[in-house]
Formats: sequence, C-alpha cells, structure tokens
Amino acid sequence: MSELAKDTPRPHWSFLSQNAMQLFYRLLAAFLICAVLSILSDSFLNLGNILNVLRQASLTFFIASGLTLVVLTAGLDLSVGANVALSACLAGMVIHQTGSPTLGILTGLLAGGAVGLMNGVMVTAMRIPSFIATYGMLWVLNGVTYWYMAGETIHGFPAGFRLIGSGYFLGLPIPVYLLLVFLAIGSLFAHRTVWGQEIYAIGANPVAARLSGIPVSRRLLLVYTVSGTMAGLASIIFLSRLNSAEADIGESLTLPAIAAVLIGGTSLFGGVGTIFGTFVGSLILTLVLNGMNLLSINANWQPLVTGIIVIIAVWLDMKTRRPAS
Amino acid sequence: MSDAVVIGPIRAVRRLPGVAIVLVLLIGLFGTIAPGFLSAANLANVLVQSTILIMLALPMTLIIMTEGIDLSMGAVLTLTSLCVAIVSLATKSMLLGLGAAVLVGTLFGLANGWLVAIAKIPPFVATLATLGMAHGLSLIVSDGQSVVGIPHSVRDIYSAQLLGVPVPILMGVASYCIFHALLYHTRFGTYVFALGGNREALRYAGLSPNRLLIAVYAIGGMMAGVAGLLMTARMNSGHPTAGLGLEFDAIAAVAVGGTSFERGNGWLLGTVLGVLAVGVLRNGLNLVSLPSSVQVASVGLLVILAMFLDGLRSRA
Repeated sequence: MSELAKDTPRPHWSFLSQNAMQLFYRLLAAFLICAVLSILSDSFLNLGNILNVLRQASLTFFIASGLTLVVLTAGLDLSVGANVALSACLAGMVIHQTGSPTLGILTGLLAGGAVGLMNGVMVTAMRIPSFIATYGMLWVLNGVTYWYMAGETIHGFPAGFRLIGSGYFLGLPIPVYLLLVFLAIGSLFAHRTVWGQEIYAIGANPVAARLSGIPVSRRLLLVYTVSGTMAGLASIIFLSRLNSAEADIGESLTLPAIAAVLIGGTSLFGGVGTIFGTFVGSLILTLVLNGMNLLSINANWQPLVTGIIVIIAVWLDMKTRRPAS
Repeated sequence: MSDAVVIGPIRAVRRLPGVAIVLVLLIGLFGTIAPGFLSAANLANVLVQSTILIMLALPMTLIIMTEGIDLSMGAVLTLTSLCVAIVSLATKSMLLGLGAAVLVGTLFGLANGWLVAIAKIPPFVATLATLGMAHGLSLIVSDGQSVVGIPHSVRDIYSAQLLGVPVPILMGVASYCIFHALLYHTRFGTYVFALGGNREALRYAGLSPNRLLIAVYAIGGMMAGVAGLLMTARMNSGHPTAGLGLEFDAIAAVAVGGTSFERGNGWLLGTVLGVLAVGVLRNGLNLVSLPSSVQVASVGLLVILAMFLDGLRSRA
C-alpha cells in the first residue's frame, strides 16, 4: 500500500474534487505551453502544425494508453518500445511477403499482444517483479528484432496501407480519429466496466482486491496483453506513416510513453489515474518536443528534456496530491 | 540488522552452487563447441573485457541490496567516457580526464540518490529519467560524433601490464577488494544491509537512511566515472552511444549472482561470478559466430531465468 492517500478530501478552497483539480492543472499547463509557443514561433499556430502535433501525440497516446492500465495496477511495462519495433518489423515483413495489408495488421496486433501476454505470464505465474520482467523482455525483443532484421530496412508499402498513418479524412489525419476512438473506448473501459474498476482496485490494494474475490492474475494478464496489443497498434501506425521498418525504431519510444502516463497524473503506486489524463500527458509532451523543433533546437536535446519533464511531473504529482495536514 | 550480517555468509554458502554451476556449465558448453575458447589468450581476454562490467556490477549490487536499481549507469558511463576523451584531448592529461569523469559520474549518482531518497521517486523511473538526461548530454557534448585523437597515455592504460598482469584486471581486482572491505568490514557496509533489510532499525539507531541511500547511489556514479576511463582507453576514442545498455549486463550479473531484489541480501563474490558468467556467455556466443543481437537476447533470458529462480527460492 502506498503512502499516498487514495481518496483525500477536496482542498477547502476548491469546489472541484482533487482529481478534477489535477486534470485542471494539466490542461492549464498545456494551454500555457501553447500560449508561450505561439508567441515564440510564428509557425506554431497554423493548421498544418496543429494537425501534426495531434498526429504525433496520437502515436505516443496509443502506447501510453495501454501502459496506463499497467501503471494503474502498480506495475510498469518497460518493453513497449522494443515491442513496437518487433511488431512493426514482423508486420512489414508479412506485408512484403504476402502483399496483404490486412494480414500485416493482424500480425502486428497479434505479435504485440503475444509479447504482452508473455509479460503477463512472467508477472503473474512466474511472480517476477514487473519492472525486471519487462526490462529483461526489452532486451530479448531487441535481440530478436536485430537478429531478424540483420541490419536490413523494409520499405515501400501499398498506398492503401499508408493511408492509415498519413491519410486524411474530412481534413483531419486518420490517426486522430483512431485516437478519439481509443480515448473513448479506454475511458469507458476504465470507468464504466467492472473489469476496469477491478483494475483500479488491484492497484489500490492488491490484497484487498484478492480477498474481495477479484481474479487478480487474470486481470493482470489482461492488462499486460492490452498494453502489448496497443504497442502492436502503434507499430502499425508507425509503419504506415514512416513507410519503412528498421530494428531500432523502438528505442526512443519507451521513455516518452512513460513520460506521457506520468505527466497525465497516473500514480506509479497504482490505483490513481485516468486514460484522459494520459491523453493530456501525451499532448503536453508532444507540444514541448514540437516547440523545441519549431525553435530549431537540436533533436539531441530531446532525451534530456524528456528526462527532466518526467522528474518534474512525478515530483509535482506527489507534492500536489499529498493531503493538506 | 545484525541478523542480516550473521545470516549473510550462511546463505552465501548455500547459494554458491547456483551461480557457480551456471558458470561451470557455460565454460563446459563453450569449451566443447567453441574452438579456441579454452586458450589462455581467450580466457585472459574474457577477464580483461569483464573489468568494465565488474566496476558497474559491484556498486549495482549495493544499490539492488537497498531495493533500488540504477538504469542510468550505462548512459552515465557513456557520458563519463566522453568526459575522459574530451578533457584529456583538451588538456593532454589523463588524470584531469579521469577527474572530470569521476566528478560528472558522482554528480549523476548524487542526483539519482536525491531523486530516490528525498524526492521519493521510485528508482526505476528516477534512473530511467536520468538515463535520458545522461544520454541527451552525451549527444549534446559530442554533437553525435566520435571524439578521436585522444592522448596515448589514456589508451596505454588498457594495454599496459604490471608484473605480467594486464592493468585492467588489476583495477578490477582492486575494485573488488575495496567493495569487499566496504561491505563486510565497515559500519557503512552493515548499514547498507540494513537499508534493504530493515530501514526502520536505522532510523531508530539515530542514522539517516536518506543520506546513506544517496551515498550508495553516489558510489555507483563514481564507479561509472572510473569505468569511463577504461571504456575510452579500450576504444581509444569517446563515442556517444558506447556504453548504452551496459547497465543491463550489470543487472544481469547481480541477478545471476544471487543478490535478492527484495530482501536486502547481497553477495559480492556472487556478483563477480555473475559478471564472469555474462562475459563467458557473450564471448562464447561470439566465438561460435552468433551475432551480438543473439547475445543481447540470451542475456535477457538469463535475467528472466535468474529472477524466476530467485522467486522460487524466496517462496521455498
């Protein structure tokens, strides 16, 4: 059980609940970043760039939304980036071999889900702490992907497949529609289904969850499999947008995904957080990185800045959530 | 607190077979299938190549004993290796390079310790964030390029011999002796056992667990700085991605070596055997010409296996 209070009373000066206040702070931060960027850069507030930010944020969100469920159970999935790389390479290979995008998409989703399921088995049946299990999995996946690709790049996919990542519908990029769909599904699942509520319960207090009859192992398996499948989905979008697959595409994805979850206010100690928060987190992170791009700051600065943002986000979250005493 | 110290050696003896058997099996396997594995030159090579890993795995053992982890070690090593290259290139002095590396490494260690102990951020996330920061700084200071043309005095450290023994091996042995003395023969070592085993006892004894924890992480950063010198000497250059992922080999060595991730029990000699097991595995796979990707995957499997067995043991 974490030392953080799960249901602290609202602060006396606020008419909103604490969770609503947390969300409000984050939306305010996103708004402030937008305001600053629109002053600093002329090209920030044009439609093309906004759509670009949204599309970029949707990629982070797909990985981060599955990860949110894992973090809600007080676990962590460090293998998501490597999972995206392997799934993308397998899917790309299948599309090249069979010429069928549908088979490729299925392969990507299944590969991602299978990796997630293996993570789940390691955490539940083998009882390895999730950090270490998924960290070991990260390196296994990296090794397998590099071995499978042997330095090759797969590129050039059918135009229909490329629409998924780079196409537009009614003026909006297609990934943005996918983002809205998964945001809705994820939020409904987390807040309006019994399984979703059970996941919160497991994170808040695993012992109490087990004693009250929640099948903890099965829910954990589900959570890790969903996280893996979402990584598989992200790999499809990635593949279709880049129009190529390489073994190293996942290396820079894990830290931003974890950053998005944490910026979004999901507690590392489990039981606290929302899918919508993770969406806002993805947006904030993408805005910052996009802003650095517009201000022509070298891309070498991105890991440094992401690292600093993670620390500030976790620290602020822990500070502001502590009940006033 | 004293329980952990008394029980330590007994458990250590019981554990001895585990990692030793793994090592013997690996040596036997590669002795049969890999031509030239058992030659003196190759075995010496394994030892020399293991020294950087030993310097990371020893402090990693202490960190894991406190129920923590340091994912940033490989990235910090890369950064300190670049420090050695850049500073020694500018000043023509190996010692100044080492000094800068140790300083930068220790600063990162202190930052990790502060984030974990004072800011109370879980070690996995805190050090993942500092990993990103160290990696970013490496890219920034090197502009993504290799740093070449460093003085011979740096390179010579890796190839030099003292009384017929390569200097890197001597540095590895010296590191082990220092850590052994530190962990088993000083009060600080006892406190490290207590940090993982019984933190409350430390508080009741009037000590500051936070300061001790920061010290443990700082030692890790400092050792990454020393290892940075060896890294630069080995490659005769500084490279912005040279040491990335080495923390994983270090964690693997500690896990295989039988240090528990949950109960504040550490065993330094086991870590050394674990380092050798990882070194033999990588060297042997290399000799049977399997690509480095297979090595990476097999070390990953080794960790998962070791953690699984650790879990079984704790339930037994």
